[in-house]
Amino acid sequence: MYQGIRIAGFGGQGVVSAGILLAQAGVEDKKNASWLPSYGPEMRGGTANCSVVVTDGEVYTPIVSAPETVIVMNEPSLPKFEPLLKKGGLLILNSSLINSRPTRTDIRTVCVPCNEIAQKVGMDRIANLVALGAFVKLTEAVSLGSVADAMKKVYKRAKPEMLELNKKALQAGFDAV
Amino acid sequence: MTEKTLRKGNEALAEGAIRAGARFFAGYPITPQNEVPEYMAAYMADAGGAFVQAESEVAAINMVYGAAATGTRSMTSSSSPGISLKQEGITYLASADLPCLIVNVMRGGPGLGSIGGAQGDYFQATRGGGNGDYHVIVLAPNSVEELGNFPKLGFDLAEKYRMPCMILADGILGQMMESMAFNFDPIDPNKLGKFDWAVDINKNGRAKNNVFSYKGDNLIADVVERAKRYGLIEKTEARYEERNAEDCDVLLVAYGLSSRACLEAVNRAKEEGLKVGLFRPITLWPFPSKRLAELAKNVKAILTVEQSLGQLVQDVKLAVGDKTPIYLQAYPAGGQPDGAAILTGVRSCLNGGKEGLFDLQEHAKGFTYECKRDLSLGVQGDRKGETK
Repeated sequence: MYQGIRIAGFGGQGVVSAGILLAQAGVEDKKNASWLPSYGPEMRGGTANCSVVVTDGEVYTPIVSAPETVIVMNEPSLPKFEPLLKKGGLLILNSSLINSRPTRTDIRTVCVPCNEIAQKVGMDRIANLVALGAFVKLTEAVSLGSVADAMKKVYKRAKPEMLELNKKALQAGFDAV
Repeated sequence: MTEKTLRKGNEALAEGAIRAGARFFAGYPITPQNEVPEYMAAYMADAGGAFVQAESEVAAINMVYGAAATGTRSMTSSSSPGISLKQEGITYLASADLPCLIVNVMRGGPGLGSIGGAQGDYFQATRGGGNGDYHVIVLAPNSVEELGNFPKLGFDLAEKYRMPCMILADGILGQMMESMAFNFDPIDPNKLGKFDWAVDINKNGRAKNNVFSYKGDNLIADVVERAKRYGLIEKTEARYEERNAEDCDVLLVAYGLSSRACLEAVNRAKEEGLKVGLFRPITLWPFPSKRLAELAKNVKAILTVEQSLGQLVQDVKLAVGDKTPIYLQAYPAGGQPDGAAILTGVRSCLNGGKEGLFDLQEHAKGFTYECKRDLSLGVQGDRKGETK
């Protein structure tokens, strides 16, 4: 198993933090993992993205230029990251905020209304965890329990009730696909 | 030894340095290495050491000069333009025979450049960088794990040979997170023992120690004597990693992050039935020339992959000579190496193509350049002026 993943969205949607969570979950699962932010002079409200690799073997480069999976959380990220996907790759699309649909036919697209599901769970801000839950179900790259365990390490200062809400969002995303 | 944890490269390096017994750090902020001083600011005092945010890069390296003279494991960290500023201090440290650790988390250059990861400081690191005949030992990690473990190796080598050691990383290694484990237990620097040359509190009435950059009597003899150590290091301390290197048609040569992209190419090549290997220098000085020359005898071509415009390839040519064709794939100024593009370069090496290969003369083919000023007039005018 070698999963190269790009997660993209607006700054503030938690795409970078979801990436760290995913990498940490990989470590919890005794796999090798890497995470790389698109660091640089970024703009508030601009796009943010990160690269994650989770693998049973060795992480080659942390720069994921041809991902197995792309998670797009906002409209501008779709045209930017859809072309990078490997043939037969998986596109998880946040249909709450993206009206367009991919043009490629050689990829698998799964639409998840992440923000709507997150609102039902109780907080719009945790749409990133809904997307991550869907990713776990679709790829089995990491286990759901590991992501939950990883939360305690990544969100060290989070209140217990917030962690519970996060877990619910994760589960809701898992169940939605 | 320890369980694998997810760490950021810069933080692994800083933690690794403290574990390795570093007790003095001076630095000045610059992206993409800012997590190093940030970590030192948070944890160095707890370890009983000193963290100083200096007023400039030059001040920081000179503070390291002073601290290293006491025998304390001392270090600084910066990124390319900042390392350029430190060169004066580095050559003084080399001339004073002082061990220390210098970290360069390289970014795009020349000049201010960009904050993207790059490898454009290869010449600066391996050829000295400051004035005079000297070397620093250069270690090139390619993972967060090595970033965490190389500070100990760096201090050990620096102290063994009484000279500065540089860890040459890049912005992506510094910024990425990866699962890693330390391969050594934390070191108590008080148990390391004292150097007989160190300038410290002289309680036992031994003769006074002085540390000088210029010893004043015979510079030629000093430099020639020091070169014996360099010769010994070249002979005994070259480090490298090989993948498939003894059974391949095309041997990739790359260090640091570039070597990670090469790993992808090596593995994808297998799927295509191509035999591709990788030779990764871990020490850039001393360069593992001997082993590379041996491997070169059995391959059809060598492809050097570097995030610079033809620097590493010079050492490959020096090691291998002209018996094996040597090609270059270059990603200068913050370009990011890519496994698929490396495979394109590999195919070109085998079929005589040009795609994915960089050749300076090919690159400049048909290019003309005209200077707008009439320089011949200026020269004549000046000369007339001189003869008045």
